[in-house]
Amino acid sequence: MTESTYRIQGETGEWEVVIGLEVHAQVTSNAKLFSGAATAFGAEPNSQVSLIDAAMPGMLPTPNQECIRQAVRTGMAIGAVINKWSRFDRKNYFYADLPQGYQISQLFHPLVGEGQIDISLDDKDPEANVKTIGIERIHVEQDAGKLMHDQHPTRSYVDLNRAGVALMEIVSKPDMRSPQEAGAYLSKLRAILRYVGSCDGNMDQGSMRADVNVSVRKPGAEFGTRTETKNVNSVRFVMQTVEIEARRQVEVLEAGGKIVQETRLFDPDKGETRSMRSKEDAHDYRYFPDPDLLPLELDDAFLEECRASLPELPDAKRRRYEQELGLSAYNAATLTADADTARWFEALLAEGARIQKKGENEVARASANWLLSDLYGALNRLGKDLDTSPVSPEQGAELLALAADGTLSGPLAKQVFEIMLETGDAAGKIVEERGLKQTSDTGAIEAVIAEVLAKNPGQLEQYRGGKEALFGFFVGQTMKAMAGKANPAVVNELLKKALAG
Amino acid sequence: MSDITELGVAELRDGIRTGKFSAREVADAFIVKVSQGKALNAFIVETPEHALAAAKAADEAIAKGEPLKPLSGVPLGMKDLFATKGVQTTAASHMLEGFKPVYESTVSQKLWDAGAGMLGKLNLDQFAMGSSNETSYFGNVISPWRRGGGDNAPLAPGGSSGGSSSAISARLVPGATGTDTGGSIRQPAAFTGIAGIKPTYGRCSRYGIVAFASSLDQAGPMARDVRDCAILLENMAGFDPKDSTSLNLPVPNWEEALSGDLTGKKIGIPAEYLIDGTPTEIAKLWEAGIAWVKDAGAEVIEVSLPHTKYALPTYYIIAPAEASSNLARYDGVRYGLRELADGQNLQDMYAATRAAGFGPEVQRRILIGTYVLSAGFYDAYFTKAQKVRTLIAQDFENAFSMCDLLLTPTAPSSAFALGEKSADPLAMYLNDVFTVPASLAGLPAMSVPAGLDAGGLPLGLQIIGRPLDEQGVLNAGLAIEQRAGFAARPEQWW
Repeated sequence: MTESTYRIQGETGEWEVVIGLEVHAQVTSNAKLFSGAATAFGAEPNSQVSLIDAAMPGMLPTPNQECIRQAVRTGMAIGAVINKWSRFDRKNYFYADLPQGYQISQLFHPLVGEGQIDISLDDKDPEANVKTIGIERIHVEQDAGKLMHDQHPTRSYVDLNRAGVALMEIVSKPDMRSPQEAGAYLSKLRAILRYVGSCDGNMDQGSMRADVNVSVRKPGAEFGTRTETKNVNSVRFVMQTVEIEARRQVEVLEAGGKIVQETRLFDPDKGETRSMRSKEDAHDYRYFPDPDLLPLELDDAFLEECRASLPELPDAKRRRYEQELGLSAYNAATLTADADTARWFEALLAEGARIQKKGENEVARASANWLLSDLYGALNRLGKDLDTSPVSPEQGAELLALAADGTLSGPLAKQVFEIMLETGDAAGKIVEERGLKQTSDTGAIEAVIAEVLAKNPGQLEQYRGGKEALFGFFVGQTMKAMAGKANPAVVNELLKKALAG
Repeated sequence: MSDITELGVAELRDGIRTGKFSAREVADAFIVKVSQGKALNAFIVETPEHALAAAKAADEAIAKGEPLKPLSGVPLGMKDLFATKGVQTTAASHMLEGFKPVYESTVSQKLWDAGAGMLGKLNLDQFAMGSSNETSYFGNVISPWRRGGGDNAPLAPGGSSGGSSSAISARLVPGATGTDTGGSIRQPAAFTGIAGIKPTYGRCSRYGIVAFASSLDQAGPMARDVRDCAILLENMAGFDPKDSTSLNLPVPNWEEALSGDLTGKKIGIPAEYLIDGTPTEIAKLWEAGIAWVKDAGAEVIEVSLPHTKYALPTYYIIAPAEASSNLARYDGVRYGLRELADGQNLQDMYAATRAAGFGPEVQRRILIGTYVLSAGFYDAYFTKAQKVRTLIAQDFENAFSMCDLLLTPTAPSSAFALGEKSADPLAMYLNDVFTVPASLAGLPAMSVPAGLDAGGLPLGLQIIGRPLDEQGVLNAGLAIEQRAGFAARPEQWW
């Protein structure tokens, strides 16, 4: 573990930034935390609202086991203490998007206690600079609805689709010291949530958002007063928020001012944070145990099932890719940074090993290189991602197998891949139909070589006069004449013979 | 034939079953009674069509020789705290005036599934907050009872289930639902000379009951005698996955196991229930109750419930705290009353809606509840009250290690005149002094009519049992009922 050296250079010297994040992650579940209503994103307003979500008189919440299960699995994935006894509390305040007049949350006894996440601060070598960020707790709570102010000139409309959806609030310790660390933490947390499948991590759809707590201090001094910037919805914005808010605080302090503990808002367009409300205006939430709900008690069988259902997590997977598959540290880190990429890669690997009748470790490097350079390059160009890739892992594996067994040369394989991207056809079919198969037919190659030599007497003379660098020219001409289909090894061998005269 | 409306639930059920009369005749008779009882103001809404439909179903089943349901053709009153699909449900508030739920409460649904019909929605104290039925937005319910000696002052039927108690004792309905948070079934039952039981917390689903204080609210039946209460409770109780606090236990066959023989039972008499200012006639009635249970074979011992004196203040912290949060949903946004003048904002709407929609007593309790939960006061009030609640529950546990049941008076006085206590909330709250402890401990408790005071007004005795021992409570109630020979009834003046 390395101490961050990120400092803000002020007029009075260097300042250190202290950062803690509270991340709200929407739990992946078909139903809401306390009702059976659906949770799909982008549905017609108020089409996913049960009587409970609308807080009709006499309606009661009943916990949805799946939401609890997902939060427990998330806690296990960050090595956290799972509290077998937890309880729901009511957080009381009035707002039109909060039908009950209170949010059901967990203040006093959260479901998940302390855990940690390791972040890597060196892309090239993930093990080189690792820092452990402490997690204070994870608790489960209801989301609120949404007010729409742009539907009517004088009135606001309320959409309750999101009201009652389950959130996990994941609270870090104030362990981060730079925008880079905050970004790395959020990215890593998102990766873990996606691996576990407990949150889709789609920050642009609001299913994950962060409250950013920032304070500054002279290195080694006591913690300064912090501000909380609410609902920041991308990794980049979180990093910007830290940078901008820390700089603002330094300016205030150096001008002789004081930092006020308050809630702020990040404005990405203006690149600033603004005060929303100060501590004095803070609500008195009058938290108390929700009398409609019994304490949540988890038994060992349930916890065991949660544990057994956890997938291999990013760090473990990365190490396995390096150690067992022989991938470079960088490739292993890139392939495991995201659950979807790892899933795609493993499908490619499994199919490749199957059709080539080899071990996964034998096909891993070629598969990784192809995915990270050829496929990513193509997807980038096409503006697509793995989800919408025109080439499936199975098709990719077939292409790699054809290259591995010599059917396709490197250039031919690239050519076939381009056709696959356009047509969606399988590699074998393209090779068959377009006759793109590499040839090792010596008679045919010799005939072409003879032709090439005859057409280029000048170069032939120079070569024979000792300018052997021209060998590549002859290879190129021969390959070109054979439309790239000649086996390069055979071409080399025959050319050498022919040039020698 | 004698008047059908003189009959109770069991007799009506059996009479329909044996063809003594048709369910239609039963429904018609009670519908007439309800329409003649308007002076009592016991109903907020009358639903004769509902009762007639249930009667029709019962008579058709009989005609076809199909098996009858447990309450086929028995018409009942429904406290207007239970959501009834398509029928106005108000909690006696202006806030919910005109509100017709698209859903049915679990308890009422169970009764309809058992073949019962609904004569109407019964008046109550607003949001079940009150002990005299004087806080209803739809006017006071008047007790059918009057003091003797030409004193015609209208009397309180008790509260909050005052519409239920008034209608039953006036024979407008044979039985009704009630809800009990701190005594709202037992105290009105005692005031009007009828029986009522609050079962163990969790026996009856709270789903669809307008919430007052979630950790205390329990539904229960009110009827003229113990057997009828047993029958109704059997058809109201049961596990409901829609209420997390509902008990996942089978419903016993309470009626079948009814017995007034208390041989082998030990009945505790808590010394702390003899409080200063208890009228001597109540103390005497308690003595009589002790003699009756002894006569029924029980052994009587003295027990102590040392924290009893803290029960009332504890209750009046916890119940308002929960209520202040439970009633936050009435905000004018989605349903019910909305007060919003042109140019006003959201905060204005909240203030105006809640000022107009809630009566003074409801507002008082919301304020108290908000206060005891607020930062700086929470530990002194709410946390301390929770601790005392635990101590009160432990008192009962200790007592029940020495006895099976407890016998106490139900209320510290007989019915008072309307207006007599409404200016003094504390005097009003004192009415719950004997009923609140069992509520805080979630115990089954019932009131049975046991005698009259000097003014000719009914007095009740309360039996409190161990958790889930409704049978023990009902049996002791039956033993007292059999010996008290309570036959008094209000003279019809309405």
